[in-house]
Amino acid sequence: MTYWRVPLDLDQVEIPHGNIQIIVNQCKGCGFCVEYCPKSVLAMSTDFNRKGYHYPNIVKRNLCVNCNLCEIICPEFAIFVTDDKPRHPDPEEVLKGGGNHEG
Amino acid sequence: MSKTTTGFTNKLEIPTPREKLHHPMDRYLRTERFPHIWCATCGIGTILTAFISGLEKSGLEQEKVAVVSGIGCSGRAAGYLRLDSFHTTHGRAIPFATGLSLGNPELKVVVISGDGDLVAIGGNHLIHAARRNIDLTIICINNFNYAMTGGQAGPTTPIEANASTAPYGCYEFPFNLPFLAESSGAVYVARWTALHIRRLAKSITEALLKPGFSFIEVICPCSTLYARRNRLGTGLDLMKFYHDNALIKHGADTREIDIRYQDQIVVGKFVDKDKPTFLQKRDKFLREKLGEKFIPYKGPQPI
Amino acid sequence: MKADPIGVATGNHYIDGDHACAEGAIAAGCRFFAGYPITPSTEVAERIAERFPKVGGLFIQMEDELASMAAIIGAAWSGSKAMTVTSGPGFSLMMENLGLATMLETPCVLVNVQRGGPSTGLPTLTGQADMMQARWGSHGDYEIIALSPNSPQECFDLTVTAFNLAETWRVPVLFMMDECVGHMTEKVVIPEAGELNVIPRKFFRGKKDSYRPFSFNGSDKTAPMIKTGDGYFIHITGLTHDERGYPVINAEAQDKNVRHLVDKIRNNEEKIRLIEEEGVEDADVIVIAYGISSRVALKAVNDARNKGLKVGTLRLITVWPFPEKRIRELASTTRAFVVPEINMGQISLEVERASRGRAKTLPVPHAGGWVHDPNDILKAIEEGAA
Ligand SMILES: Cc1ncc(C[n+]2csc(CCOP(=O)(O)OP(=O)(O)O)c2C)c(N)n1
Ligand code: SF4
Ligand code: SF4
Ligand code: SF4
Ligand SMILES: [Mg+2]
Repeated sequence: MTYWRVPLDLDQVEIPHGNIQIIVNQCKGCGFCVEYCPKSVLAMSTDFNRKGYHYPNIVKRNLCVNCNLCEIICPEFAIFVTDDKPRHPDPEEVLKGGGNHEG
Repeated sequence: MSKTTTGFTNKLEIPTPREKLHHPMDRYLRTERFPHIWCATCGIGTILTAFISGLEKSGLEQEKVAVVSGIGCSGRAAGYLRLDSFHTTHGRAIPFATGLSLGNPELKVVVISGDGDLVAIGGNHLIHAARRNIDLTIICINNFNYAMTGGQAGPTTPIEANASTAPYGCYEFPFNLPFLAESSGAVYVARWTALHIRRLAKSITEALLKPGFSFIEVICPCSTLYARRNRLGTGLDLMKFYHDNALIKHGADTREIDIRYQDQIVVGKFVDKDKPTFLQKRDKFLREKLGEKFIPYKGPQPI
Repeated sequence: MKADPIGVATGNHYIDGDHACAEGAIAAGCRFFAGYPITPSTEVAERIAERFPKVGGLFIQMEDELASMAAIIGAAWSGSKAMTVTSGPGFSLMMENLGLATMLETPCVLVNVQRGGPSTGLPTLTGQADMMQARWGSHGDYEIIALSPNSPQECFDLTVTAFNLAETWRVPVLFMMDECVGHMTEKVVIPEAGELNVIPRKFFRGKKDSYRPFSFNGSDKTAPMIKTGDGYFIHITGLTHDERGYPVINAEAQDKNVRHLVDKIRNNEEKIRLIEEEGVEDADVIVIAYGISSRVALKAVNDARNKGLKVGTLRLITVWPFPEKRIRELASTTRAFVVPEINMGQISLEVERASRGRAKTLPVPHAGGWVHDPNDILKAIEEGAA
């Protein structure tokens, strides 16, 4: 059993945060970014881009930790992340143990 | 509004037009040539990203890095990089690069090409450039087949794997590339997969900064031919396969890291040693022999 | 421009054609050499290996001729003047990347000291049977420049010319020697550097993003080059390409690209042409020859003149592009062309084609291994005059 507690200095903790940009029409829908994002920030769309591929949607924007993995795994140069203001984690999130799965 | 495959309902994001989006790697890319020719879920593009990221970290001047490719899907890499870039003949990227690198020793010359190009038709050049320790970084994209020509068997096709010229499965012994490179004299040898992008990028940085012949094998998904013929799914499935079956073993004995069909893939940095390059050795040697009479080659001259 | 004195071995030498060729290359500013040993051309490589370290040149012996040819193209794009040397089977191996050099419009020089073929043939004995391979050896359509010296002195002089032509037209230039000329020792006079005309590489100096590595205007204005590493970020491909060097795979692009490769040489044949004519104006028979055969033919021409026949000579120094127009002109004033060559009939076919039936063409074939018996040439002259 795990005991979670919210750190007392949580307001001091900063999590890097990224601003995700998707060049939708350059995506070929390989799913690499969706699969390997450690925070499950992305999910494939059901609709198609101009070339007829599904592309990633940002579904949990605030969980992005600006790790850049999506950017460097994308074979199409279709997704990238720029630095955003760091984020303070909210206590709920900490109690749940962070994002979905650590990659 | 759109639904995602995972069942989320997304806020509709209005895509920013391409002209307004500047991918941070754009300055290394011939953006006017995009989209590139590689298939969906092909890993070559990912290796290109890792290359750019490794190049950026190396701190080398963009102007002083040149890239040479042979022919093949992998050989198209040169055409998308905003560097002095040369798309040559099948198998001859290394000797072309040898001329370019010796011709202007200020350059860092990188060869990015496929397994068939570098190891079959160009195999003799590979071992001799390694033997001479020419100052080149070789990135060998190994997708276990001749992709560009339709998925024929090649020098790295594992026994049992199906290929268009091995319709009952391949029965030839394949090359173990890190062993080949090491025994030919390479000073830096590593193997990664297209999934190990950060480690690959780090190896690329190290290789670029290493004087002499460095060799990096990158196992890469070919979704359209190798994966499909062998019913292995898409490139993403192959990436998952690498995730489950790659074993990082730095310094592994290269004699023991053969790749068998759909079996464990040992990855890591296997060789990192120092040895004078062809030019360093030549200049020192000739100076000793000829003394004052020796005039070193100083790169392209006015005439 | 004058030659760099460091590479010019001014003075009187008593050397063979192979050695003279090496000296010509060094004098012309060649500072990169890649090659693979093969008789009877090896002496060129040997002399370069000995001389280069003392003149700031870089010699490398490659693993084969495929690599040698590829390496000199790479070196040429680095900004250097580069050369390779071969014979017989090695020439065949170079054909692949000769095509690349042609497609990339790369100035460089490929020396072929011809021996007897096919295959390993006669490694140590002479031949002139690679003349058509010189013209058509690589696949696809292109034009080439090929020179054929007939003495060690010319091996020096014309190697300099070969480099100059390569720079002027941005083409690989073939230097088609034969074993006799390569191994013949004679006096070779190497002038002062100041007396040698050496054409430097034309480099682009304009704005970085305005540079185009190719210019398909069909005229004699080939695009200037750049040195790799100067920040122009060029892309060069052996695929059919546009003026930026980018691949374009369609019939229009092919037409522009190939037409340019052909036209820049074909339309300028008269500017490139180097021929030597003697007594052709009122000749009944003209002997057309090149390389060693042009010297052997002189004996036959003398004998024929002593017999009262009106014989002229035309020596091809540039064999390619073929001086078609000139041959056609002469075909209407002479009765016959006699073409002795050490092959079973190669350039004689071109002569026949160019003369369009206005004059007879009498080939004097020789399978190789030795030079013609002048009497065989004399017989053909007599037949032509009859
Ligand atoms: C001399 C020559 N032979 C054959 C070919 C045809 N060819 C083009 S690419 C290729 C194989 C490329 O395989 P590889 O290097 O593994 O690259 P991939 O396409 O798999 O990335 C072949 C055989 C050629 N272009 N030139
Ligand atoms: S930067 Fe990292 S966390 Fe953010 S979306 Fe990309 S992969 Fe996910
Ligand atoms: S990795 Fe790139 S190409 Fe693949 S789905 Fe994501 S954005 Fe699209
Ligand atoms: S054929 Fe294979 S290697 Fe070539 S682009 Fe497609 S997936 Fe990639
Ligand atoms: Mg391959």
